[in-house]
This record gives sequence, structure tokens and C-alpha cells, in this order.
Amino acid sequence: MTALLERLLGRLPIGWLQLVHNRGRLAAAIAGVAFANILVLMQLGFLGALVESIRLPYAAMNADLLVSAADMNTLADGSPLPRSRMVEALSVPGIAAATPLHYGKLDWRQPDGTIRTLDVFGVDPAAPTFRTPGIEAGRALLQNADVALIDRGTRNVPAAFFDGIARGEPYRFEAKGRTLTVAGVFSIRGGFSADGYLIVSDQTFLRLFPQRAAGAPNHIVLRLDPAADRSAVTAALRETLPAYDSIVRTVDDAVAKDQAFQTTQRPVGIVFGFGIVIGILVGVIIVYQVLSTDVADHLREYATFKAIGYRQLCFLGIVFEEAFILALLGFVPGVLIALGLYAAVAAVTGLPIAMTPARPVLVLSGTILMCGVSGAIATRRLARADPAELF
Amino acid sequence: MDRSTAAIDVRGLNHWFGTGEARKQALFDIDLSIERGRLTVLLGASGSGKTTLLTLMGCLREVQDGSVRLLGQELAGAREELLVACRRRLGFIFQAHNLHDSLTAMQNVRMGLGVHGSAAADWREPCEHLLRLVGLGERLDYLPGNLSGGQKQRVAVARALVGNPEVVFADEPTAALDRDSGLQVVRMLKALGEARGTTTLMVTHDPRILDLADRIVTLEDGRLVGEGR
Repeated sequence: MTALLERLLGRLPIGWLQLVHNRGRLAAAIAGVAFANILVLMQLGFLGALVESIRLPYAAMNADLLVSAADMNTLADGSPLPRSRMVEALSVPGIAAATPLHYGKLDWRQPDGTIRTLDVFGVDPAAPTFRTPGIEAGRALLQNADVALIDRGTRNVPAAFFDGIARGEPYRFEAKGRTLTVAGVFSIRGGFSADGYLIVSDQTFLRLFPQRAAGAPNHIVLRLDPAADRSAVTAALRETLPAYDSIVRTVDDAVAKDQAFQTTQRPVGIVFGFGIVIGILVGVIIVYQVLSTDVADHLREYATFKAIGYRQLCFLGIVFEEAFILALLGFVPGVLIALGLYAAVAAVTGLPIAMTPARPVLVLSGTILMCGVSGAIATRRLARADPAELF
Repeated sequence: MDRSTAAIDVRGLNHWFGTGEARKQALFDIDLSIERGRLTVLLGASGSGKTTLLTLMGCLREVQDGSVRLLGQELAGAREELLVACRRRLGFIFQAHNLHDSLTAMQNVRMGLGVHGSAAADWREPCEHLLRLVGLGERLDYLPGNLSGGQKQRVAVARALVGNPEVVFADEPTAALDRDSGLQVVRMLKALGEARGTTTLMVTHDPRILDLADRIVTLEDGRLVGEGR
């Protein structure tokens, strides 16, 4: 390693030699950087899971465009739309189909007394509102009253439960004073607002949520003619539908708006953002402590090198060399441990938390920057290396 | 002596430490010329100003008043770049060895050569040669922590000499050495003076070394008070 660094640097790798000379301190420094990396990676993972869990239900929709209430920020909020908007949308050339989508929340009491909260979508069973195979396969079953399809990824429910339903063993449970029969499964995965999803017909939905008016869905799912120009149709829809109560967006735009709102306006997104900042600060402080202690311990040696003619730049190079090495050595265990924690969190919570290829690159760049900043602060101590004090 | 040919020429040098009422004068109107290739010993009691004079002549301290010419360069008012360039023509041997504890004996000596930008291929032979010369041929890859006090000091001597300095400043270089090693180091410095014209200015109280000195200069309370040999 020393020979390799010497070749790369074109000089004696003093920073590396200093680090390996004090192995206890090196181990503590690597652990500190790894810890900061884990903190940042976990917060990024949670943030990524939030963003991904927002995207998943949209991605499951069989939609080209979405019409929602003008005050809608997320899939789950916003005022109901007048059903007449659906008819108006259908009148626009290029629109092939329009189906209403109702949204509600339902508590599912478990045999042990605990509750799973489900996001409930009420759909027209005659129309393919979702493209997810399980929903499409079970859509015909929804024609029957009080029948539901459930998300296989619902949190804290044993897989055997879903396997039984998939084998044709319906499950019944009480909710909102009605007996629901779960007859099929699909897979979306729950997010931060609920433990999973439940799909029912619009008629069942209105029976579960009697306060909701039949003519007022939360969203209208639109599909375009294959030959239609998406931009032109979107513009025509915006002309046709009144802007004071409805907004027309592509699914991607709706996802982006929802994600931006939940990550910047909702506490959960802000907390994860703060977590990333805290992780970076922890890393900066740990690396600064290590480097500044190291500089302080070697002040006499640096002063000696100054006396024999080495310039300040040489010492900066040593400190930055140490910072860079710590960044790399701390990054590797940090990523490996974070990968293990991602798997554990995904298994326990069912959240869609996964390492994206870009994330390690981002964190490594950030770690090098973080260590560089710490090194830059630590080099202020070098000014105290006065060769005149050596005599 | 001609000022331009002397290795070091000091004229009217005064130096103070502190400010305001705490300001204290350490050197008083020093005039001194050190000839090239000679071993000069600086004698004086503790606090007499010999270390201050050494650091001023060695470009380690800013000249406040007077003139110090080192190897033909005026140090009074000199910019940092010039001071650094001058230091690269010098060798320093400190009372405490000040070796880098993470570097082996060879690597420590190499640092004395690296300042001149020597390529990797050029450093091994002179470093090894000097370490063998100071009796450490079997300890090339030892860390300072595994060397005795005397061995560390010999590494420091090798580090100071490996760059072929024109002037060597040494502060009690034999304090940590046994009689034979101490004499060996000083004889080596003297031989360098004769062979290469290296000038050595040494602060010491070691009576064995006084016999080898070409010249002895005595300081007392910041003033030059005597000269011998």
C-alpha cells in the first residue's frame, strides 16, 4: 500500500504512514467516518423509500394523465372533484377512457388487537384503472359487493396470510361496520402514510365511506388514444376544465409534485433531510478531531520539516492525504453495513428501501468533500509549527 | 574577513522578545563573521542568546535590527520564499532529534533529501550511505521508537547531512550520544568541512568537542565577549 501511494503521490506517503502508525486512532477514525456514512446512507435510504413509496401507487395506475382537485398536493389529499369533470374530459379529442378513482383510509383490526392502516382505492370494476397484474386479475371479483383485493406488501402481516388468499381461501374481516371479503392479492407495498393498499369497487367504497358523495371522486384517471399527441391533449384539457377546481397533469408530473411536497413540506421529509445534514456534521466533527489531533501530535515534526525547507503546501498535502484515505477507508464498511441495514429495514417495515447506484457515488463524493473540509479546518493548527521553537 | 566570502556575516545585530514593558533585549550589537568550511563552536551560559543567534542565522527567525548575510544573501527584510530557499542550503541538528515517529530511519533521512526534489531512484544510495556512516547500517528500516536515544540522534545527523548542506547548524548534537559516537559525529562534520567546504556552527558544552573546534565564540548576556583558537 505504501509503495502504491508513493507511486501515486510521487513522494513519501507521510499521511498514510502517520495513520497506520497509530492503529487504534486509525480504527477509531475509520469507525467514525463509517458511522457518519451509515447515518447519511440511512437517511438517504429513508428519504429514497419515501420518494419511492410515493411513486409506487401512481406507477401502478393505468393512466396517461390525471385530473385532480386544484388543491391536491398528494394522492391522499385535496378536495373531491365534481364527476362532471370526467364527462367533460371525455369530450376532449384524444381521450380514450376516463375512470374515477376514490381514495380513503381504513383501519384493519388484527386478531391480536393491533391495527393496520390501509389506503383504500375505490375503482370502477368495469375499467382497468390499475395495470398491476394482481388487480387486473381480480378486477372481476370486485363486481361483488364488499369484496376487496389486498396488497401483498402490507406491513406486519405474515406472508402465509396472503398465500392463503392467493390459493383461493378468502379472508373476511370487519371494518366500518361491514364485513369485507378479501378475495385477491396484488403487490404495491405500503409507504409512510399507511401499512398497505386495499382495492374495492366504487360501490363498496361508498358503502365503507358513506359520507362520500357518489359523484365526487378524488382523481380521474385518463387514458389517451394511442395516436394522440399528449401535449396537445393536455393543453386542450386545461382549456376545457376549470382551473379553479381541477388540475391536469401527466402521471410523472403528479408524482414529482407529490414527492416535492412530501419531502419539503411534510415533517417526515424534513426530518430525513435534517438527518442527512446531521450525519454530515457528525462526520466533519469526527474527522476534524482525528486530523487536528494528528496535526497537534506531529507539530514538532512539521516544524522540523519547515526548518529544512519544506513549504506549507507540503503539510497541507499530508493532511489532505490523510483526509482522503480516511474518506475511502470509512466509506467501504459504511456502505456494507448500510446495505445490511437496508435489508433489515425492508424486511421489518416493508418500506421500498434500496441502494441506488448513484447513492454510493454521491455519498463517497460527499465523504471526500466532508473529510476535505475537516482537513482544511485542521490545517489551521499547522501555523503553530514554528521551527524557531525547535531549538 | 571579506563579508562576501564569509559563510555567515552578522553586523550590528540586535534582537528583542516580547512587547511593551515586557520587551526584553536578547542580543546586543553582534558583529560576527563565520568562515566557510570551518567548525565554529558557540559557547555561553543558558540564556546568553546563543540559540537566538543560531535561529537568526539559520533563517528561522525574522531579523529585527541589523544585518545577517547568509551565503551571500541578506536575511534582514527577506521574503519568505528567499528564507525557504536559503533553508534548503542548510542542515539542522537539534538537541532533541525531532524524528518523525511514523517514518523509518531511511524515510526520515530521505526527508532531508526530498526537499531538493530528488527522484525516487536517487535517494536510496545517499541515504543508506549516510546511515551506514553513522553506524546504523543494520537499522535502516527501524522506526524511531525502536532506536536508542543515541541512534535517533545519529539518524537526525544523517538527515541534516544527506542534502549536502553548505552550512550546518547544530544545537548540542552530541548531548544524547556516548563519548565515541559524539566524537565520531563531530569528526564527520569536521571532515565534511575539509572535504566539501561545509561550514558548521555548533552550540555545545561538551569539552571533548572544544578540542576539535576551529574557532570558539563566547556569548554572555546577549553580547559577544570572547573568541578563542
